[in-house]
Amino acid sequence: MKKLALLLLLSLASCKFSSNYSPQRIEGKQLEISEAIPANDSISEFVKPYKEHIDREMNKVLAYTPVDLTKNDGELNTAIGNMMADAVMDLASPVFRKRTGENIDIVLLNFGGIRSAISKGDVTTRTAYQVMPFENEVVVAHMKGIYIQEMVNYLVDAGSAHPIAGLSLEIGEDNTIQKVLIQGEPLAMDTVYYVATNDYLLKGGDNMVFFSNALDVTSLDYKIRNVLIDYFTQADTIAPVRDQRFIRIKQ
Amino acid sequence: MKRRTFLKRTAAAGAIAGTGGLGLLSFTTEKAVKRITILHTNDVHSHIEPFEKDHAQYPGMGGAARRYSLIQEIRKENPNTLLLDAGDIFQGTPYFNFYGGELEFKLMSKMKYDAATIGNHDFDNGIEGLYAQLPHADFKFLSANYNFSNTIMDGQVQPYHVFIKDGVRIGVFGLGIELQGLVSKDLYKETIYLDPVEIAQQTVEKLKNEENCDLIICLSHLGYNYRHEKISDMKLASLTRDIDLIIGGHTHTFLPKPTITQNLDGKNVLVNQVGWAGVNLGRIDFFLDASGRKNGSGATIVV
Repeated sequence: MKKLALLLLLSLASCKFSSNYSPQRIEGKQLEISEAIPANDSISEFVKPYKEHIDREMNKVLAYTPVDLTKNDGELNTAIGNMMADAVMDLASPVFRKRTGENIDIVLLNFGGIRSAISKGDVTTRTAYQVMPFENEVVVAHMKGIYIQEMVNYLVDAGSAHPIAGLSLEIGEDNTIQKVLIQGEPLAMDTVYYVATNDYLLKGGDNMVFFSNALDVTSLDYKIRNVLIDYFTQADTIAPVRDQRFIRIKQ
Repeated sequence: MKRRTFLKRTAAAGAIAGTGGLGLLSFTTEKAVKRITILHTNDVHSHIEPFEKDHAQYPGMGGAARRYSLIQEIRKENPNTLLLDAGDIFQGTPYFNFYGGELEFKLMSKMKYDAATIGNHDFDNGIEGLYAQLPHADFKFLSANYNFSNTIMDGQVQPYHVFIKDGVRIGVFGLGIELQGLVSKDLYKETIYLDPVEIAQQTVEKLKNEENCDLIICLSHLGYNYRHEKISDMKLASLTRDIDLIIGGHTHTFLPKPTITQNLDGKNVLVNQVGWAGVNLGRIDFFLDASGRKNGSGATIVV
């Protein structure tokens, strides 16, 4: 007890008599790392061998785009998002068909997964890495219609341009669902649909919890980035557009 | 963008206006004015090189080599400088895909970063992937609300560290974002996320009363602000006391200037974040003296 009291006294004393500076003036600002600042040679030299190795791989020209593609050109669907979802539909479908004999009905990716805009000009391997730096792979969830309805509700509530393909959605200004079509057909609650997504979303990423109801999952061992690289390689010019796949109808 | 200078003073600080808070000291003049500079980055996301000159959003901006030139210049001007990063060091360029974060950590070490906190993307190669790169990092990893006890990272991360610059004790602690729903469990494994508000207040009390810190800085990857209930830097500021500065990340927020907000006691707290990809460097200068006027609220803040 005595010891404790002594300790307490000592700690009080140390509080009281130690330095105790306090801020009297605070200045805050943001400094732009602009081209006007000279590059530090030791850093540039250090990076050089890493850069040269990567550049050899990255600078291969795969396609061309006549316009800048950013993910902010539409409320509920965007040209770049449509391109990504369509690329998965086009390129992952044959792989899935070969393994299961079935077709992919729907593709769902996430808006946050479009990691970069694509600048006008040459599209290179680097572009694919910028848009999709992650190592995520295409997986196909086998989902009953009732859970597709949950997915639709999620998309409507989210109100953002999550990339989709194979699915057409119309909502009113009050978020009421006006139309749901899958491969041009109305949603049937008992039908099993094949939904291509990535392994991050399958595990509930971006709160896509409806994927936990999948009856089965087929992994395609096909990275989303490689889908993009293959898509760019096949195309000469890429010119995706915003379209009617997910829209809000004025009532 | 037009920069407005915003001056905020209390009556106490107003009394020394014109001298910039530097000239007048109380009669205990054996302790002079101390200047501490805090430099910070967040969400650099493996952006080692500048953006290309024809980039749609940030043409020609950023780059580690230029950032280091600026840091060196500032250190020459004031050696009492701390360099901090608020997480998401990894993921975003082929440098990460090819080398797993090795170059990011090596460059931060060469630039003499003092500390970093851990962002959600720093788990992208799994907790093993983060651990594997630690030998390349000569700076501290700070996180007070991730419990790594049952993971390979056990013992590699401290809740806080007290830096001493020119006799000023600067307590820096880290806070991470909730991982569930954001990162796959098979990547973060048994990392346990603890309530940041509760942990922050406990840590701050320790830094203030036991570690006797003169400045308390929170290095956060919670995100600047959300419309919904999720804990953010702005909420954290309002729910805690005695934090001088919150350096944030995660939301890639570009602020026109550092935000001045109020804590639980109605005292001023600075909250700052500088976008992402290393296109900016944040700079906060603290001028301290031993005149006895208390933390923060009495200070003149110029942003």
